[in-house]
Amino acid sequence: MTRKTIKVGYLARVEGEGSFSVVVRGGKVRSAELSIFEPPRFFEALLRGRDFAEAPDITARICGICPVAYQMSAVHAMENALGVTVDGPLRELRRLLYCGEWIESHALHIYLLHAPDFLGYAGAIDMARDHGEAVRRGLALKKAGNDIMTLLGGREIHPINVRVGGFYCVPRRRELAGLAETLKRARELAAETLDWVAGFDFPDRERDYTFVALAHPEEYPFNQGRIASSRGLDIAADQYEAHFVEHQVARSTALQSRLVDGTSYLVGPLARYALNFDRLPSAVQQAAREAGLGPVCRNPFQSIVVRAVEVLFACDEALRLIDAYQEPERPAVAVTPCAGIGHGATEAPRGLLYHRYRLAADGTIAEARIVPPTSQNQASIEADLAEYVEGFLGLPDDELRHRCEQTVRNYDPCISCATHFLRLELDRD
Amino acid sequence: MDRTLVIGIGNPERGDDAAGLAVAAWLAGRLPAPVEVITHDGEATSLLALLGQASALYLVDACVSGAPAGTIRRLDVAAEPLPQAMFTVSTHGLGLADAIELARALDQLPAPSVVFAIEGRRFEPGAPLSPVVAEAVARVGERLRLELAGHAKEPASDA
Repeated sequence: MTRKTIKVGYLARVEGEGSFSVVVRGGKVRSAELSIFEPPRFFEALLRGRDFAEAPDITARICGICPVAYQMSAVHAMENALGVTVDGPLRELRRLLYCGEWIESHALHIYLLHAPDFLGYAGAIDMARDHGEAVRRGLALKKAGNDIMTLLGGREIHPINVRVGGFYCVPRRRELAGLAETLKRARELAAETLDWVAGFDFPDRERDYTFVALAHPEEYPFNQGRIASSRGLDIAADQYEAHFVEHQVARSTALQSRLVDGTSYLVGPLARYALNFDRLPSAVQQAAREAGLGPVCRNPFQSIVVRAVEVLFACDEALRLIDAYQEPERPAVAVTPCAGIGHGATEAPRGLLYHRYRLAADGTIAEARIVPPTSQNQASIEADLAEYVEGFLGLPDDELRHRCEQTVRNYDPCISCATHFLRLELDRD
Repeated sequence: MDRTLVIGIGNPERGDDAAGLAVAAWLAGRLPAPVEVITHDGEATSLLALLGQASALYLVDACVSGAPAGTIRRLDVAAEPLPQAMFTVSTHGLGLADAIELARALDQLPAPSVVFAIEGRRFEPGAPLSPVVAEAVARVGERLRLELAGHAKEPASDA
């Protein structure tokens, strides 16, 4: 029997550096391993000895695509440690800022990173030559998200206006009014986006995932809610480490996270959607149904459709928040440092992002723990590859390789956050 | 549309990466009024939006190609793509070369479109410009001033 090895020197359209190998023997996948070789970034150690108030700005630097998620999990964990509650307009402004990040991050992934897989292009630049109108639409949509981040966060990448207790300064109602016009147009673009991606051709593949996401009784989750799973888990953020365990694997500089029983789980748009479908506004639910989705989607190739649903939701939610906005009396609630431990979990575009901090009495960070979504999805990515590759083995090598890459890109993996590219190695007889 | 745009690209806190910004600062008050000089952090999608709004485009950025620090290159990107490897490539997004190619694919790349690339040496956080790069900044500024003085006359004579 001849052995066959396929190598991809650089898996494009993911964020970060890693590789992937599949070994196939006798038509069966023997192993599927995701390797992450991006150097570890030591953010948790870097935070030790810094002041609690610095955490949102330091952790924002973990990611240029989802800095708001890091800021939000950081501030919620700190507020949990310090016994502070942020509600009213300040809470609503945090949701609005998160809408901006979901719109820009999802639009980037849908149009520039993922759509080329479905339309048969090597990348967004090739796709743009034939689908210029679609790419322009995606860029305009992304810009609307960035506009929210610029207005609320001071700048579109690594915003600088988020603090423990609220914001450094808050917008006037009239400032948000201009944004509403942009978002009304973005809402139209989001609806067109959903129509566009719903028409793609999806491989018929499903797995019985354990979905894990925040669930909130009244709202589609950004900042708050309990950590829930599709198998009955229902815990507060402070119980996270009793139910999820990180393991070191030799092939990865990012820790792999699993449930305590050793099984993999999935965080991100599919999980959020499955656990919170009935909290979506009825118009968005209707749009999802018209796009061919039921209340649960287990086909990871359709994650692009779920992302488009979430962009539509984020536009509607942003418009609702702007309409209801009342200027708060103060941009932040007072915060007094004290010793304590705080936990925070929020919904980054790629899924659940957990932070825990232990603070000394003067507010110095004594210990920090950060579990990003891609760390949590690594095991699920490997399981998808192990299961789906068998169904694709009849394909010629280059198509098979492409399907493997697409399977990884379904997750919009941010390997940089998880530590961080992918070289793909397929070895089959 | 008749808009000549000079975009200095860089990060002010990362040593020689600030070269493009420094050229933009050098050019302030030295160009004929119709020419706009702006600065940008280099994020590709928002940069792309700007490229489509110009009829003549001059981009200045730091690069790393292995040439001696302070080396200046003038690249006609309306004629051919930018050598991707010369410019800082973000694993987290798209870089200057991607923005230019997306603009070309979307038929938004004006002619002329020129990139002045200044070879950098040090990019540590908080570092100042290297002296040779600071000298190159003034040379690029002067070349752009001369080139744009000629270019800016064209619309005036047309009017």
